[in-house]
Amino acid sequence: MEQKEKGRDWNQRLNALGVMFLAILVGVIGWVELAQPFGIRFRDFTGGMVTFDTLIRIGILTIVLVGLNLLMGYAGQISLGQAAFYGIGAYTSAIMTTLASRHGVLPGVSRSWWWPWLAILVGMGVTGGFAYLIGRPILRLRGNYLAMATLGLGIIMYILFREGEDFTGGNDGIAGIPRLAIGSFKIWPIERYYFLVWAIALVVIIIALNIVNSRVGRALRSIHGSEVAANTMGVDTAKYKSQVLVLSAVLASLAGSLYAHFQALIAPTPFSFAASVELLVMSVVGGIASIWGAPFGVALIYVVREVLRARLHAILHGAGGEHEMIVYGIVVVVIMIFMPEGLTAGLAKALRRAKRA
Amino acid sequence: MNQRVGVAKTESKWKLSRELVGKGVTVAVILGVIAFVLFLGYKKHFETRHYLQLAIDGIRGGSIYALIALGFVVIHSVTGIINFAQGEFVMLGAMLCATIYHSDLSLPPVLKLALAIVLAVAATTLIGVVLERITIYPARGSPVVALIIITIGATITIRALALLAWGTRAKWVPAFTTLEMEDLTFRFGGLIVKAQSFWIWGAVAVVLAVLFYFFERTVMGKALRACAVNRRAAQLMGISPSRMSLLSFALAAALGAIGGIVLAPATRPTYDMGLILGLKGFVAAIMGGLVSSPGAVLGGLILGAAENIGAGVTSAGYKDIVAFVILILILLFRPQGLIGGGERAVEEG
Repeated sequence: MEQKEKGRDWNQRLNALGVMFLAILVGVIGWVELAQPFGIRFRDFTGGMVTFDTLIRIGILTIVLVGLNLLMGYAGQISLGQAAFYGIGAYTSAIMTTLASRHGVLPGVSRSWWWPWLAILVGMGVTGGFAYLIGRPILRLRGNYLAMATLGLGIIMYILFREGEDFTGGNDGIAGIPRLAIGSFKIWPIERYYFLVWAIALVVIIIALNIVNSRVGRALRSIHGSEVAANTMGVDTAKYKSQVLVLSAVLASLAGSLYAHFQALIAPTPFSFAASVELLVMSVVGGIASIWGAPFGVALIYVVREVLRARLHAILHGAGGEHEMIVYGIVVVVIMIFMPEGLTAGLAKALRRAKRA
Repeated sequence: MNQRVGVAKTESKWKLSRELVGKGVTVAVILGVIAFVLFLGYKKHFETRHYLQLAIDGIRGGSIYALIALGFVVIHSVTGIINFAQGEFVMLGAMLCATIYHSDLSLPPVLKLALAIVLAVAATTLIGVVLERITIYPARGSPVVALIIITIGATITIRALALLAWGTRAKWVPAFTTLEMEDLTFRFGGLIVKAQSFWIWGAVAVVLAVLFYFFERTVMGKALRACAVNRRAAQLMGISPSRMSLLSFALAAALGAIGGIVLAPATRPTYDMGLILGLKGFVAAIMGGLVSSPGAVLGGLILGAAENIGAGVTSAGYKDIVAFVILILILLFRPQGLIGGGERAVEEG
């Protein structure tokens, strides 16, 4: 018992350390970019392969992946349609901030600085409600059935984004989405947005770590272990599963809104089935059994892709996009063969082995 | 399990009424959908023959979904994996067939086509076997999610290799009857049926007959079925699960390749045709409860007809949505599959 208490204490300290480390890392990178000590910019460290643009994307997708990891790693429910929730958030923000002012709906309000923030909240509410409606009946089924339902849902939403010309602009999407602002303080250029995105990502990680170490987290893990056993012990499994699905959808929606305000233009492609699959790949590659798998997974996949894009042609003469995808697919397969629990669990295991030796 | 039986006994009365309500809702949903389709068709001045024509064309595509769905069912019931590379087998079959046919072999076209078909099926089967050995076999015993991600990674690589080998241009395979690009068409009353449709239906019928023989009459087929019923027990009977996994991938690859080849003359195959076909085949497999072969075939045919009619009464852009709306309706109201048999899969997840 004491051993266990100690273990938990250790885990919590490790998590606190991790959050601090990530916060400092984010701060230092941001500071380097802003202050440019000795005329060095962040991208010089990476040979120009990883830019601030990429870092912001990693931050945004980290928010999605934290939700996905809670859903998959802790509640054991696979989602193949997370990009749909991401998309609903993005499109809600885009529609509310562009169409409303263009058509003069609520003229005074839709031009004020807090309107986009309200749109983000509305998006989160809509997505959460949607997830609740679809989740309640589907989550009664087990195992891969949520994956199948979310797969269907994701593709339906994508087709609606693509075909709903009047609202979503069809294939061209919606342009002219305004930047976020607080009062007259605009959260742009890109460095400011970087701090906003990563601050939100850090808060989301902290909240998720707290959930995992709470009563709810224990209930979720019990569901993952054995749903029947959890049920017998009085855990309302259906309720918890549906709550986690809603939470993951709300986080995806938040990230989608941040993405819309970052790009200032959205089109259906980033919300397709392929995007959902990529989110799943990131999540599993990072390791679904840990919140820390989220930033790891996104960063790894992004860095691998950026490096391949920037460097592959140097090794392989005349390499193009096809070659990148071939290597990318092989990397995913190899990671899954050698670290089926994902990178975080794989690294932890390797560390433990090194310590013993 | 026992606990469930106990609950069922005390709540049998409730359960009965709930089942009745459930059936009522299902029927109401089906009637509602049919009424909606008829209303849309009425606005477009559709007559019965329009619907029949759409259904016939749809069943042609649906036959291919049926073959893909069978591949999903075979692999899923033996290994528990949902193989996302299933659609790529279809693409490989079609593209390899086109490539071999257009190579400069000096043979009469008939022989050349026959050779192309045989070689394409053999090559795709070999690719399925190699895929299983180098990706699934080394990861055996990993969580199923990891195995599914492996098939996704393989899909990405296969598609990129296809893009590298064949480019983005569409290929063509001659119609089997005329050996030209143009196919014969038959007219029955007001209905038009292309000759290739008969080839497709014929191929599906032959494949089903062979599969039936294989599963019911051969030791290997029975071993595969035993593995699907209970992997552990099958292993204790001396059946190697690893060999059965290999066999299931070979079978699924061959089924996909045959589907791709017979479909190729009716549509012009491209390197990226696999994704959507694979997903539709997956929906068809779900319609059959993911474990039932007859269910998967029926699912494929119904799906093909339904989506073509759906696209006919709305617009082509919405064609793909029909399959996934059906998927969600099936999961909500009939997760065990249209003709049942999937109850065990629903229980085990």
